[in-house]
Amino acid sequence: MNLLKIRNHHFLFHNREDIDIVNKNRPVNLNLATIKFPVTSISSILHRITGVLLFLSIPLCLWALQLSLTPAGFAEVKSVMSGGIVKFISWAILSMLAYHIIAGLRHLMMDAGIGETLEGGRFGAYSVIVLGVVSAALLGVWIW
Amino acid sequence: MVTSATSLGRSGLHDWIIQRVTAVVLAAYVIYLTGFLFSADAIEYNVWRSLFGQVWFKIFSLLAIASICFHAWIGMWIVSTDYIKPTGLRMVFQVFVILFCLACLIWGAQILWSV
Repeated sequence: MNLLKIRNHHFLFHNREDIDIVNKNRPVNLNLATIKFPVTSISSILHRITGVLLFLSIPLCLWALQLSLTPAGFAEVKSVMSGGIVKFISWAILSMLAYHIIAGLRHLMMDAGIGETLEGGRFGAYSVIVLGVVSAALLGVWIW
Repeated sequence: MVTSATSLGRSGLHDWIIQRVTAVVLAAYVIYLTGFLFSADAIEYNVWRSLFGQVWFKIFSLLAIASICFHAWIGMWIVSTDYIKPTGLRMVFQVFVILFCLACLIWGAQILWSV
């Protein structure tokens, strides 16, 4: 059920020719100012975006881990981590990880049948975004 | 099916279950590491080094890195099948992702067992 949901609700990005087969004369709204993603789409696309960015951050994390396991490297990682830009990057990676985990836990709950209704889905998506923002704020406090 | 030739489990159900098992491993690893970081007075080199010196933690860490690789493989496969329409380009992308994941797994094993 989740797979179906993921595949269908980003239909706005699909080639319009795919959609037009259904009805060539239907009214078309391409005014971006009036197209609005529902909260469920926003939480889902954020899950995807954070996933892709976390994937790209794997080598950076492995490099930091490798460096941190030697005495000189540990000191180097510590000193690099005190820099503003590196702090920001660390915060961004950890915040994305927190959001991705929270959104993933929601997926597991929905797999167990919790929050599968339309209202439950909206509430879950909204909660995931709120918890994601809260954890990003807490991580910011911890890092700075 | 040709369309699933580059997916990890080669079936939606198989990918679905791998994605969840790896997610649980990763959540457990992140929770353990967070608990460790906050329970230690200060994270100094000796504390950090001795954490990674234990065999059980090496295994847990390698399981986590393997989980990242398979989780990312499946996740990137799903995303790429949705957004990259030309078959050739999508194949090249997916093969790149798979090699990238396996390279990270090998590198991770080398890092963990050099401690």
